[in-house]
Amino acid sequence: MSSERRLPPAAHALINGDRRVLARLITGAENDDPGARAVLRAIYPRTGRAWLVGLAGPLGVGKSSLLNALISHLRGLGQNVAVVAVDPSSPFSGGSVLGDRIRLDRSPDDPGVFIRSMASRGHAGGLARATREVARLLEAAGFGIILLETVGSGQVDVEIREVATTSVVVLVPHLGDEVQTLKAGLFEIADVFCVNKSDLPGADRARRDLMEFASLGGGDPGWTVPVVATSATTPSGIPELWQAVEAHERYLDSSGKRIEGERRRLTQEILALAESRFVADLSRDPTLPRRLEPVLARRLDPETAARRWWVERRKGRT
Amino acid sequence: MPSAKKRPPIRVLIAKPGLDGHDRGAKVVARALRDAGMEVIYAGLRQTPEAIVQAAMEEDVDIVGLSILSGAHMALIPKILELIRKEGAGPIPVFVGGIIPDEDARRLRKLGVKAIFGPGASLQEIVESAKRLTGRTS
Ligand SMILES: Nc1nc2c(ncn2[C@@H]2O[C@H](COP(=O)(O)OP(=O)(O)OP(=O)(O)O)[C@@H](O)[C@H]2O)c(=O)[nH]1
Ligand SMILES: [Mg+2]
Repeated sequence: MSSERRLPPAAHALINGDRRVLARLITGAENDDPGARAVLRAIYPRTGRAWLVGLAGPLGVGKSSLLNALISHLRGLGQNVAVVAVDPSSPFSGGSVLGDRIRLDRSPDDPGVFIRSMASRGHAGGLARATREVARLLEAAGFGIILLETVGSGQVDVEIREVATTSVVVLVPHLGDEVQTLKAGLFEIADVFCVNKSDLPGADRARRDLMEFASLGGGDPGWTVPVVATSATTPSGIPELWQAVEAHERYLDSSGKRIEGERRRLTQEILALAESRFVADLSRDPTLPRRLEPVLARRLDPETAARRWWVERRKGRT
Repeated sequence: MPSAKKRPPIRVLIAKPGLDGHDRGAKVVARALRDAGMEVIYAGLRQTPEAIVQAAMEEDVDIVGLSILSGAHMALIPKILELIRKEGAGPIPVFVGGIIPDEDARRLRKLGVKAIFGPGASLQEIVESAKRLTGRTS
């Protein structure tokens, strides 16, 4: 296998399931380190088939507890499972306390599970910048199911849609007005609704509200968003939750939506990566200070200045 | 955004081995390390040595801090140090906070614990020591 031989040694170790190498490469991907980038390039052709299942939802609704219950359920089915849990970084110190692991108590000698915590490092949208890369490393290491937990800031955790193949939006009973306020963000990204803490009063009501909302449609006409009631701590409803995820993954295959989604996600990814390079390049453009002057003096508006700059650069280059 | 020159944050695992059930001290330390710009993986209470070392490996941390109050330190800490060595994890420095008699502290240092903080230690001391032990004292 000549292509095998051309892999960087770290990629080779990764594919052979070396956990330490996997852990180091994840750090490398987070830090945008050239060694990790080379491995990501090499493994890319082997990726793209994993199920990336995102759990998004407001603070404290039980996302990590659900991950814990899903891990045992999936291990019971004989599936390997990796978890990436993202928590926010402090905008002041840049530091972070990553606490999702507290809820995850799997057996430490089970090689079928890998858990990694990530700080968002200022990236908006509820995930970390390197989440996609980390998922690819996990897939290359043999994990076909990757569960992602978002930061938990509710309405703004919508980037999960650009990363996950199935997005589970987790809510709790007594949504009340929340149903109204969340409508415009999180609700639109759900492939599955999960009413967790359904051991608490009000679960039926919440489930009905959500089913009503889901039946209004609006998203994909071919998929009615199922509503599953769970109690992560009991646990109950976990097999049903996983069945709903599986049904969505099967729907993606049978409807051709998997390819469509992949096309959309990769387009976004290329655009975002290109944009950050363009912006870095533009900010080094020596004509920028000169262009600023008339704008500062209120002789030219920023939009016109930007448009002229853009036109001139295009002429100069292509 | 590309920020190649910025140093990546120090990653720390804070865990509490043993059976006693309160972790205020560990949480306060976790917060202080966060405020110093570190990424603190907080593993929580009642962790077995095996679970702690596995978390340190998966999270690829630069340093491990253990909080101990139960008096079981002489059983647990050597076990953790041994497992870290076995993991081939390289020399991940370990520091310990808790009430530890001088005699035990000496033995733990000999076994490889890099720093021990009694109840009187300041948060500043702990933060500085974590930076020094990970080679980040700029
Ligand atoms: N009664 C009840 N409590 C639950 C359930 N699931 C989680 N909890 C509790 O809710 C609290 C928060 O749970 P987590 O799993 O940490 O929630 P999370 O959404 O991951 O929280 P963040 O990561 O901080 O956003 C904990 O005290 C759990 O024990 C449930 O099904 N029923
Ligand atoms: Mg959580």
